Amino acid sequence: MSEPIAIHAPLTSRVGVAGFTVGIVIVGIIAVAAIIGNQLVPHDPFTQDLGNRLKPPFWMEGTQAGHLLGTDQLGRDYLARLVYGARISLLIGIMTVITSGLIGITLGVLGGFFGGRIDDAVLFAITTRLSIPVVLVALAVVGLMGSGLGLVVATLGLLLWDRFAVVARATTMQIRSLDYVNAARCAGASTSHLLVREILPNIASHLAVVATLEMALAILLEAALSFLGLGVPPPLPSWGLMIAEGKDYMFFSAWVIMIPGVALFVLVLGINLVGDGLRNLLGSERSR
Amino acid sequence: MLLLIARRLGLGLLVALTVMTLAFMLTRLSGDLAISIAGPSATQADVEIIRKAYGLDRPLYVQFFSWVGRAMVGDFGQSYFFKDSVSNLIAKRLPITLTLGLVGLSLALIISIPLGILAAVRENTWLDRGVTMFTMVGQAIPSFWLALILMIVLGLNLGILPISGTGTWQHFVMPGIVLAFTAIPALTRLTRSGMIEAMASDYIRTARAKGLSRARIIFKHALRNAAIPVVSIAAVQLGFMLGGSIVIETVFALHGVGYLGWESIAKNDFPVVQAVVLVLAAIYIGLTLLSDILNALLDPRLRTG
Repeated sequence: MSEPIAIHAPLTSRVGVAGFTVGIVIVGIIAVAAIIGNQLVPHDPFTQDLGNRLKPPFWMEGTQAGHLLGTDQLGRDYLARLVYGARISLLIGIMTVITSGLIGITLGVLGGFFGGRIDDAVLFAITTRLSIPVVLVALAVVGLMGSGLGLVVATLGLLLWDRFAVVARATTMQIRSLDYVNAARCAGASTSHLLVREILPNIASHLAVVATLEMALAILLEAALSFLGLGVPPPLPSWGLMIAEGKDYMFFSAWVIMIPGVALFVLVLGINLVGDGLRNLLGSERSR
Repeated sequence: MLLLIARRLGLGLLVALTVMTLAFMLTRLSGDLAISIAGPSATQADVEIIRKAYGLDRPLYVQFFSWVGRAMVGDFGQSYFFKDSVSNLIAKRLPITLTLGLVGLSLALIISIPLGILAAVRENTWLDRGVTMFTMVGQAIPSFWLALILMIVLGLNLGILPISGTGTWQHFVMPGIVLAFTAIPALTRLTRSGMIEAMASDYIRTARAKGLSRARIIFKHALRNAAIPVVSIAAVQLGFMLGGSIVIETVFALHGVGYLGWESIAKNDFPVVQAVVLVLAAIYIGLTLLSDILNALLDPRLRTG
């Protein structure tokens, strides 16, 4: 932070705020669509109509009135499925972050606060976790135990806590001997009070940044697992599964993979923009 | 220095042993392996025969120690589906995954290092913001989706590359591009922040004061110091890329270790699953060890660690 020249700094913060706003708007729209979208779309995401298979979306020729984004290979309304898929992606992202956050933050704060043997054990756990190939193990768990939404969340939650632990540990170490923590300790505060009331609130902003990154990662991983057929089971319209089902038709009608793919891309980009904006806000706070 | 290597090596072995235990437990998650191998149409007698034949009737700890003992000397047992020894299978597939990993890493470095330097020397301009935006976009593109788009554009529309399979060097181009894309955002950001830090340091100010040319300062002085974290992360990144190549190998039907892992998961071929997890973990552990040693060689301050 010893950068002496700050002539152009306003540009970064201006663009940063713009990116943050765009991110919030994207995530907000998708969240609203996920919650109330299926009430607004006149079709059911599961009803098949084999007479109306693979009808293209509204901007292409041969489109079917009423099916705004066309229909899939079983004649199911693509918009209804897309909107339902948003629910799955967001649900998996949020649940995974809660699970992995609980594990990672607990480990990181304990290691960073107590140091010594406990910290050695936490570091060892992090090192071990990093050496485990995430996609392969997640695939294996789902493949061996049977697919399902809950299992995907549990698996990803148990695998994606490493960054939470690393950041929680580092930030806890930075503040554990600051004056206000020492003051609370001298005032007779218990260890649990120190951890929960003094340490956690002061590292929360850093953890929020990690949470956005992990949420984006979890959503991408779920899509990849479902794409490989070992994630969310059909007929649930996960975006990854929609891309997998469209794969056989993509050379003739590329839109079947473009629509869910773009949705996935936009959602992840939106979450990353929010995270990047949060990080910039933190950065400017620190330099002040 | 020797002490550092010895300690890191010991830690690596301990991690490997833990991963072995986890990999073993992982394949036992499904409950009764004999039933899953036998398939849905098998009778009780069939299941019993399979249980005996594969040694699944022994107590768990006996199975575990016999597996660990034999894995130490490179014997991972027999594949149920491929009718070949697991070590043979992996030895045949590993060169493909390693080639893919190296192609991907080289491509990633060729793109991300210049981009990172460019963003750093033009810090806080629109160019810098553009590079940051590019990394954000890159991070948000699902790799398997990018793979399909490349198949449509390069394979079908332009017809310049084979769509899938293994065989010629052309088969590695599209998977290499996709794999590179997964590493470019992180490597670009790292180069950028390393360069920014280096450009703000005292020795760069001295170099400027001496009146050295801008190009000389950037490439001779700043880059050399910014390269240290990039080189060491590149090794670690390669480990992540090999682990992540399973999705890409499967999409392109590239017969590497990742594809083998996917096939064996789909076929309930648990000796192969265990071995692939272990091999990928071992490669990662080896690469981080290498990067630690490399770091210590490049930066003497780290040697006491």
